[in-house]
Amino acid sequence: MDRTTTEWKFSLNVRATLLAVLILIAGLGLWESLHQVPALAGGDSQLSEYEQLMAGAGETAKVPPPSEVLIRAWEELSNPFYDAGPNDKGIGIQLGYSLYRVLAGYLLAAAIAIPMGFLIGMSPLMYKALNPYIQVLRPISPLAWMPLALFIIQDSEASAIFVIFICSIWPMLLNTAFGVAGVREDWVNVARTHELSPMKTAFKVILPAAAPTILTGMRISIGIAWLVIVAAEMLVGGTGIGYYVWNEWNNLDLTSVIFSILMIGIVGMLLDMSLSAVTRLVTYEE
Amino acid sequence: MSHAFVEVQQAAKRFPGAKGEPDLTVFENVSFQLEKGEFVCIIGHSGCGKSTIMNSLAGLDSFSEGAMVMEGKEIDGPGLERGVVFQNYSLLPWLSTLENVRFGVRARWKEWDEAKVTEHSLEYLEMVGLKEVVDRKPAQLSGGMRQRVSIARAFATKPKLLLLDEPFGALDALTRGVIQDELIKIWTRDRQTVFMITHDVDEAILLADRIFLMTNGPEARVAEAVEIDLPRPRERAKIVKHPNFYKIRNYLVEFLINRSATMDPADLDRKGLHYPRAVNPVDEEATATSPDSASAQDAPDEKLVNFTPKEARHG
Repeated sequence: MDRTTTEWKFSLNVRATLLAVLILIAGLGLWESLHQVPALAGGDSQLSEYEQLMAGAGETAKVPPPSEVLIRAWEELSNPFYDAGPNDKGIGIQLGYSLYRVLAGYLLAAAIAIPMGFLIGMSPLMYKALNPYIQVLRPISPLAWMPLALFIIQDSEASAIFVIFICSIWPMLLNTAFGVAGVREDWVNVARTHELSPMKTAFKVILPAAAPTILTGMRISIGIAWLVIVAAEMLVGGTGIGYYVWNEWNNLDLTSVIFSILMIGIVGMLLDMSLSAVTRLVTYEE
Repeated sequence: MSHAFVEVQQAAKRFPGAKGEPDLTVFENVSFQLEKGEFVCIIGHSGCGKSTIMNSLAGLDSFSEGAMVMEGKEIDGPGLERGVVFQNYSLLPWLSTLENVRFGVRARWKEWDEAKVTEHSLEYLEMVGLKEVVDRKPAQLSGGMRQRVSIARAFATKPKLLLLDEPFGALDALTRGVIQDELIKIWTRDRQTVFMITHDVDEAILLADRIFLMTNGPEARVAEAVEIDLPRPRERAKIVKHPNFYKIRNYLVEFLINRSATMDPADLDRKGLHYPRAVNPVDEEATATSPDSASAQDAPDEKLVNFTPKEARHG
């Protein structure tokens, strides 16, 4: 099996990293070379009033090259928390608003979904009674709730949190119910023969047994919540990374749009990584 | 009326039949008594309801008819005075070996502080030779080691009645022998009452004071209670050389091969058999009530000696 290691000298990880860097360089290089912002006609000469108004729109508009995005990223990240009025806030502040909304809605959903999931998982009656509602409510796009939420709650901030709540509740609810219902009978019997109270059985046996499945649901939920917050903030406006993207589009500042897209990806990855670290803590081998 | 430690009276298990069919009776008219400190094995073919009897004693299942009394109190639901060792170990996989034993000890003595719980758990883990691996998770242990943890957990809670559901069924013969010795050692120390299911005739002879023999299901009965009149402490290597060993063994094997299937339940009930007939195969030979047991002389039948029913699952 060591054929590869003798041939290559480097471990798989090193080679994968090298390849990833190569792909990055190639991709960025291609992008850079194809998408130079067109120089305005007659670079050194005085622009006519018309040319100034059109700002080179006579030529095809081009996506800004990566070098410009990098410069913008450096600017933004070196001062992420500045606040210069409602339409000019640092990327850190915008991401902070989004994270606050996501976590508020998500934790609220977890606080309801996990106990409810326990109930549904442990009681076949509750499962049968509630399943039709879950099946109807689950496929509804979370943004479809937005008008109703705005009407009832009458507060855009709380409505955004509600949308996050409603989209992240289902995977956690179903996974908790599934995990709890699937706890091995033997383990429950161990609790019974040791005369554990129902509460102790729930916390000492069923919760640790179902924890990996519950955490999987929580991981799916945080991913969905982060997807939805961008769209929700585009609708609600005011603050947040979704609003920022849309605002920069209205400003025709594509460099900032690309930069914020990257930031959305990185924050989403960090959220997923942190939950997968927790999952690893509670996972057990049978 | 009776003052036995554990008393099972007229127990039966029935399942409702499919449409138009009569109910399926797994066993009925099962009555027996366990004395305090006694080691009793129960043997029977798959489907005779051994596990149902055991799980009912554990409080995890229930009889359709009949009653169970332990120390004058009816058995109703599971309890810490009855410890269970399951065939599949039933360790909690997210807890370490030590934590699995501590789980039982803490449930048993809620007033103990952490240090005392640990000390007591370690004592029992040492008894089964696992002191070196207390921090490992069950997945990192072999099958034999896992069953040892399970045994340590059950004995550490000092139950008055220990129920062992074919504890060595999933182990290879060598490992089984070693753990049988450990079981004898730990039982000799605490002298708990043990009720154990097994499919292994040799294992039953090695461990038991009495062996209950069940006829085949459906409509099974506990037909006989065979007394194992061999001196203790018993050792695997020496016990086979005892003059009575093969008499007992042949008697048991003969029951399992022939009589377990041919005994008519209705016939047994007509004789008023409720408690299993007490049998001592060693004396039996002199009275020679059964032609087969009389023929099983000192030159044992080859086929009988080599027969050991081995089944992975049981009913």
